[in-house]
Amino acid sequence: MGSVGLNEAPFSESFTATRLDFIVNWARKNSLWPMPLGLSCCGIELMAMFGPKFDLARFGAEAARFTPRQCDLLVVAGTLTWKMAQAVRLVYDQMPEPKWVMSMGVCASTGGMYDTYSVVQGIDTILPVDVYVPGCPPRPDAVIDSIMKLQTRIARETPMKDLLEGIPDYHDTGTGRSLRQPNRSVEHQKLPALPLDGSDE
Amino acid sequence: MTSETNTAARVEAALGGSIDAGALSVDHDGMVCIRATPEELHAVCTALKVRAGFESNTLITARDHGLDAKCGRFELFYQFLSYEFGDRVRVRVMTTGDAPEVDTITDLWPGTAFSERECWDLLGVRFRGHANLRRLLMPEGFDHHPLRKDFPHIGIEPDRLYRQWDDARRSAFASEEAETEKGAH
Repeated sequence: MGSVGLNEAPFSESFTATRLDFIVNWARKNSLWPMPLGLSCCGIELMAMFGPKFDLARFGAEAARFTPRQCDLLVVAGTLTWKMAQAVRLVYDQMPEPKWVMSMGVCASTGGMYDTYSVVQGIDTILPVDVYVPGCPPRPDAVIDSIMKLQTRIARETPMKDLLEGIPDYHDTGTGRSLRQPNRSVEHQKLPALPLDGSDE
Repeated sequence: MTSETNTAARVEAALGGSIDAGALSVDHDGMVCIRATPEELHAVCTALKVRAGFESNTLITARDHGLDAKCGRFELFYQFLSYEFGDRVRVRVMTTGDAPEVDTITDLWPGTAFSERECWDLLGVRFRGHANLRRLLMPEGFDHHPLRKDFPHIGIEPDRLYRQWDDARRSAFASEEAETEKGAH
């Protein structure tokens, strides 16, 4: 990880950009500040994950803040209703860039067993989602695993390229609408698929 | 003498022959039950509270018998509890039509305001004289009554209110940005 292509010209742009990307991504992925959004029983597993037994601090993501303005990882944990959807979208919009979204549990991911008029059938209809966690509710170790998956994705981002070339017009994956703020999950879709055994870490 | 007959006798005395003899019965679960018309409802509740000692309302709900029901579409259920005698009574009101309307009982039990709002929200039963008959669970602006039999369980455009809000927000952002750009030049 972060290896420098020594065969390349040492002072070319790619040399510099790769190193800066590595350092920026390293800093970002190891200091995720989650915004916990416990909407139902998944919130309990989320609390267990922050606690001493599972100890999310080992992965640098234990500093939960209850204001979106200090967070960069939105954890939607539980059943999202259409009435609550406006509040969740506001929370997302108030988070500063760069930001990532985790859909925790089947309710947040697909609506789960609530195939009904009041429940959002997957939060990706209103938010760009980076990582989905299956389970009803998922165990804390499953959520920690998904945070590690998210960290490998963050390590593959290209912040310097974004900075130099500007961020293209992004579209919301769920709605197909143009977003005011860039949607990082679109950028992720251009990356090659992750190997499932995590061998690239 | 069982407790049902005690309750039934007390209720019958309180009602004082103001409704039909056949209206008083014992429901399948053993609870004394009064069948009233929408016009009689308020008088029956007043008598239960003032003369039969039922201090507390424990339930207001309704049942949708379906679009082709022969008996009338919506049936309202009221349940009352007497602390003094330790018994309960049920009032069943059969209404007609798709938009039923009955008198409120918030003047007798102010706490029933929430139950009546819920009943209006989910089933579309109007309560005449209710001071604040707004939706309770569904958002303001929602068009339907979700517990009705003709409402599909997946909803009718469930995201409509969110999209309206979202579009208004996005257009506000866009005009704000246009203003900023104009100011910059």
